[in-house]
Amino acid sequence: MKFGVETIIVGIGAFLALLAAAFAQDKAFESHMWVLFFVLLCAVVVLLRRSSFTTAGAVSADADTSGYFDEVVKYGVVATVAWGIVGFLVGVIVASQLAFPDLNIEPWFNFGRVRPLHTSAVVFAFGGNALIATSLYVVQRTTRARLFGGNLAWFVFWGYQLFIVMAATGYLLGITESREYAEPEWYVDIWLTIVWVAYLVVFLGTLMRRKEPHIYVANWFYLAFIVTIAMLHIVNNLSMPVSFLGAKSYSAFSGVQDALTQWWYGHNAVGFFLTAGFLGMMYYFIPKQVGRPVYSYRLSIIHFWALIFLYIWAGPHHLHYTALPDWAQTLGMAFSIMLWMPSWGGMINGLMTLSGAWDKIRTDPIVRMMVISVAFYGMSTFEGPVMSIKAVNSLSHYTDWTIGHVHSGALGWVGMITFGAVYFLVPKLWHRERLYSLRMINWHFWLATLGIVVYAAVMWVAGIQQGLMWREYDDQGFLVYSFAETVAAMRPYYILRTVGGLLYLAGGLVMGFNVLMTILGHVREETPIPGSQPVMQPAQ
Amino acid sequence: MDYQTMRTFADSWGLLFMVIVFVGVIAYTFRPGSKKEADKISRIPLDDDDAMDGKD
Repeated sequence: MKFGVETIIVGIGAFLALLAAAFAQDKAFESHMWVLFFVLLCAVVVLLRRSSFTTAGAVSADADTSGYFDEVVKYGVVATVAWGIVGFLVGVIVASQLAFPDLNIEPWFNFGRVRPLHTSAVVFAFGGNALIATSLYVVQRTTRARLFGGNLAWFVFWGYQLFIVMAATGYLLGITESREYAEPEWYVDIWLTIVWVAYLVVFLGTLMRRKEPHIYVANWFYLAFIVTIAMLHIVNNLSMPVSFLGAKSYSAFSGVQDALTQWWYGHNAVGFFLTAGFLGMMYYFIPKQVGRPVYSYRLSIIHFWALIFLYIWAGPHHLHYTALPDWAQTLGMAFSIMLWMPSWGGMINGLMTLSGAWDKIRTDPIVRMMVISVAFYGMSTFEGPVMSIKAVNSLSHYTDWTIGHVHSGALGWVGMITFGAVYFLVPKLWHRERLYSLRMINWHFWLATLGIVVYAAVMWVAGIQQGLMWREYDDQGFLVYSFAETVAAMRPYYILRTVGGLLYLAGGLVMGFNVLMTILGHVREETPIPGSQPVMQPAQ
Repeated sequence: MDYQTMRTFADSWGLLFMVIVFVGVIAYTFRPGSKKEADKISRIPLDDDDAMDGKD
């Protein structure tokens, strides 16, 4: 029976969740276990419906294991697009909540609970699915080997979706470790660890059975991302639960050690999740779409190692002027400034891959998307080191400037390179001649770019104004503004920021429609983009 | 092993080890003949697609 063992295991899991709900030590854990029970119950039903009861010896139609394993990549691409739209939507909601506080709906949908839902949805659900899907695609193509572990890749995909659902519902129920980007509680963390190890096994196993003697650089970045995230996740989430049937746990560290562990994790989540992983994406999809090899392969190796060696030390810049020892703050600042070089190594390498084919920016909207992505990568990796300088940080820290910086990196770099990869992958994976519409990519491009520009520019102004108001003294040494006055001053910026987010969300919806129509097999009749030629395969 | 021992090790032998590895990586990347090989590797993604033998 196909899926026999899987169905039984998920069924046992559902039963255990029911038991955990029955004997829960606190209300939050009980509710969360009910959520888990229903999710797993649905999974059992779906699995049963998909089971075929042929005898073990019979070969079913989809048992072909000779080619690449792309089915799981397809699911990953769809999940990326779907979670992306959800994440952007939640972003617009939290932005509106800041501008219009009446939109805070107690207790589940107030800002404090919905904000981590937004960050986790875009970083882990959208970005994470994009990374898992593209890494499983790229590693097969560049090693010329089928994914290792058979159905293990399915476990990685569905296990990761379960992690997302548990994390998201946990936040809304008020279950949180209050650690930035690591809010899920101990039992969800343990689940993610199991899924992540399986992911590592699939990826490493595929590398080991490669038929290509060399490991292409994109795989180095993906592997660095997988390994480092495992290490960061485990160390930052070392904690002791109050009860094994309760939601609450306490960190193994305390005081400033705890803060530093958290920001060692937090900054490297940016460095290895949102940078290294997506650089892997860049190193495969830009050469593919442009049809040229990467500008300098040796530069990619140098900047890979420089990035790995430097990034891990940059975390303390999140703790300037705190109880963290001064030397540690300065160390974090120094490494952040040095990071500028490897970051720009990657940017130059990505951009210069287009040398000799610059006209493609005009004629190929997918290339345009990838180029703006790398441009935003360059901008935000320049802004980051500047903000890590203590003198600048004394103005920028805790203000909306930081939010603007994060979004120029996340919406610009991470979002745009992912959109480019999605547009590249969908026709390939579903064997379509081309996307439903190329002109709609153009619409998506301009909506998203305009959204980011509005967002980032507004947050710069808001942040600097906020920082200046906080530090404004009168001639007698009193603060000029009360905190509430600085909040009130932010209102117009918050409304504008919501508009920027709406534009970006609109772009996401255009993508969702375009991808859906492509999957359904439709082709929109439209005049081709001026100057573009039908895509030619490079001569073999 | 207390904090002081660990950090003394980290900022002496640990640091030295990291620097040697890093310089070694750079030296290896620029070794004679590496350019030709690098150019070959950089073409890997361009040769593949749906068939495993690298031909469409």
